[in-house]
Amino acid sequence: MVLYGVAALALCMLVGMIIGDLIGVFVGVDANVGGVGFAMIMLVLVSAWLRRKGLFPKPTEQGVLFWSALYIPIVIAMAATQNVAEAIEGGPMAILAGVAALAAGAALVPVISRIGERSEPLPPMTEEEKMEA
Amino acid sequence: MDLIAGVLERNGLLFAFVVVGAMMLVSGWLSKTLTRGRLQGSAIAIILGLVLAYFGGIQTGGEAGMADIAIFSGLGLMGGAMLRDFAIVATAYGVDLQEIKKAGAAGGLALILGVFVSFIAGAAVAAAFGYTDPESMATVGSGAATYIVGPVTGTAVGASSDVIALSVAAGLVKAVIVMVGTPMIAPLIGLNNPKAAMAYGGLMGTTSGVAGGLAATDKRLVPYGAMTATFYTGLGCLLGPSVFYFALRFLFGG
Repeated sequence: MVLYGVAALALCMLVGMIIGDLIGVFVGVDANVGGVGFAMIMLVLVSAWLRRKGLFPKPTEQGVLFWSALYIPIVIAMAATQNVAEAIEGGPMAILAGVAALAAGAALVPVISRIGERSEPLPPMTEEEKMEA
Repeated sequence: MDLIAGVLERNGLLFAFVVVGAMMLVSGWLSKTLTRGRLQGSAIAIILGLVLAYFGGIQTGGEAGMADIAIFSGLGLMGGAMLRDFAIVATAYGVDLQEIKKAGAAGGLALILGVFVSFIAGAAVAAAFGYTDPESMATVGSGAATYIVGPVTGTAVGASSDVIALSVAAGLVKAVIVMVGTPMIAPLIGLNNPKAAMAYGGLMGTTSGVAGGLAATDKRLVPYGAMTATFYTGLGCLLGPSVFYFALRFLFGG
């Protein structure tokens, strides 16, 4: 049943969001702290556990994979609904502040990547994966 | 004409699927013919979306880009926070937990550094433009973190409304350029593995920027980047009006 996958995904996300909101209340900020992250970890753990018990058959998996495949179209819709006009009208100071934050952060990526165990580059995408993207 | 527009408005989400499908089709074609596949179709589609969002915003004076035009309102639902986060969580399916454990310490450090680096960069730019009071510097610095942290800090420290508006603009600029810039800087900063993606998510923090930027770079990196980025705004809201503001007051008086 495809819906089981969608429902499991939705449940993980809702529980993650509740945890994120609770942490926000706990530390006294009006924001969701890590909700998406908790939801992701929960999905990984729950789906692995259900798969081991044979309770996560192909159709259920399809319900999750469908939304994963919709990710890029959703991001494109998100891009089309950003407040780009205001970003540009903010003038040189807003633009410079945003660019400076990006540049400073990006420069630190190689530094932080060196901490801890090495992570191997992902293998090149197969033709099939390219088609999906 | 009105009849068609009416149908499209009533079925906004479906029309959004058609619009995005068409955008992806055009972008895929442009990617193949103009850049010989060097710039991914999804990267072009995101840029195209941002350009359309600009014209939509200019046209209507609203805040939601194309979605402020009635027949395109479905894009707001499709690209809104609910479905975006739902799809981000779905990309985690099949993620290797070992990779996340391996990068845990680096990701945590990236978060803290990312928030502070953005604060400092934003505050420095504010000071360079003559906003030298601690309230304005804290607010613009927070905006350079994300466009949510800016107003949260600004309201808490009592910054003027035009400074708060500037901080939102700074955060929006960051989100937009992270979306467009990530695929271009990825080879320079070694952004091709899960750990670098977790570091990148923590350092950038803008969920929409990271979500779009990594999608345009390599979709398989998305869950790792999103995993750390999701803590960033909360951390920024926690540190902006407190530690960061007090540090600025200590350094620059007030």
